[in-house]
Amino acid sequence: MAGIKVFGHPASTATRRVLIALHEKNLDFEFVHIELKDGEHKKEPFIFRNPFGKVPAFEDGDFKLFESRAITQYIAHFYSDKGNQLVSLGSKDIAGIAMGIEIESHEFDPVGSKLVWEQVLKPLYGMTTDKTVVEEEEAKLAKVLDVYEHRLGESKYLASDKFTLVDLHTIPVIQYLLGTPTKKLFDERPHVSAWVADITSRPSAQKVL
Amino acid sequence: MQKLNKCIYIVYMDCLQMVFKLFPNWKREAEVKKLGYKVHGDPFSTNTRRVLAVLHEKRLSYEPITVKLQTGEHKTEPFLSLNPFGQVPVFEDGSVKLYESRAITQYIAYVHSSRGTQLLNLRSHETMATLTMWMEIEAHQFDPPASKLTWEQVIKPIYGLETDQTIVKENEAILEKVLNIYEKRLEESRFLACNSFTLVDLHHLPNIQYLLGTPTKKLFEKRSKVRKWVDEITSREAWKMACDQEKSWFNKPRN
Repeated sequence: MAGIKVFGHPASTATRRVLIALHEKNLDFEFVHIELKDGEHKKEPFIFRNPFGKVPAFEDGDFKLFESRAITQYIAHFYSDKGNQLVSLGSKDIAGIAMGIEIESHEFDPVGSKLVWEQVLKPLYGMTTDKTVVEEEEAKLAKVLDVYEHRLGESKYLASDKFTLVDLHTIPVIQYLLGTPTKKLFDERPHVSAWVADITSRPSAQKVL
Repeated sequence: MQKLNKCIYIVYMDCLQMVFKLFPNWKREAEVKKLGYKVHGDPFSTNTRRVLAVLHEKRLSYEPITVKLQTGEHKTEPFLSLNPFGQVPVFEDGSVKLYESRAITQYIAYVHSSRGTQLLNLRSHETMATLTMWMEIEAHQFDPPASKLTWEQVIKPIYGLETDQTIVKENEAILEKVLNIYEKRLEESRFLACNSFTLVDLHHLPNIQYLLGTPTKKLFEKRSKVRKWVDEITSREAWKMACDQEKSWFNKPRN
């Protein structure tokens, strides 16, 4: 299984999503650093790998892919016999996992990423956090976490009683938010809080920090 | 005795087929009862139509249940116990309740992969991964500007609200960049994910259909491969049925 390459940035949440999946599967890979602050992701040769100019891009031998959640699903299926199981294939499980991936992608991530941008990345670039945006987005995140709280009261992980990609996809954004005042939204919900402690302490999650 | 029972059964099935030919609604209702599929939504909602398109590609029967968006029915109970995010559609398959239109379409496409139009590319992990990648592209790169343009130009006027031309201009600029990439892709491939129509192309249909009735249409028309692709996918029978309220949303309103 030689020849897995990840083209990305070690601090990028989307890149981390792929790295965590590779670590869950104990796969060897080469990491190619794309310097975002130099705009390397918007120029050749990276732009040939992803014409949308976003990290990460991925290669497994001759096979090329981008979009982090497509890459993680490829890893989960192609390497299903290696490391930890990240998907389950019964038809009811397909439903739960597909829905869980969409919810993270459309409800959790847009809000979570805005909060990471305002509170973590803007300061790094010498810009000021907009507190109004933080307030608005925290209100939206609270609603999403209420749904997660309810779900985690019925099930140990979001899609089933086992850790799956649905949980994995949330880890990079959660890791950043735990270092900001937004942490309180996770702490004040007991099931969410326990789940966060569980998934962020996985060795794969620790490796990307 | 067994032979007689078999004969009676055959005659019964023949009569049933005859009845269903004369009364297609009865056949549909029988199938609906058997499959037990329900779609809670609105026949004009882009997300609902995404699901209807797959059901028609697969020739599956379902019970449509109207959720009155104009009165905010989707933001209150009891709808919220179907989808706590307060969005249509919601799909019921027996005890399985699903929301997020792209999860529903994938579920139906997998469960019924041997029936109707093949909407997935299951030949290998690589072909499926490429399909998944293009589904992500539709969801994260195409849909944000496209749905904003649909909202501004199509839906706001229905509610008596004014189109914000600045937002239209901004999002058309974003959509142009996406369509440039699509134009290149469609030079190499007949459809986006591969050479046959898949869920990827289907997922684009609801927004494209609405945008073809707005000035944004020109963005699709001025790119020859994109224009050809749009013509091909919007003229599919299943899609036309999904947009035809009489054919796709044929129920009485929920009590």
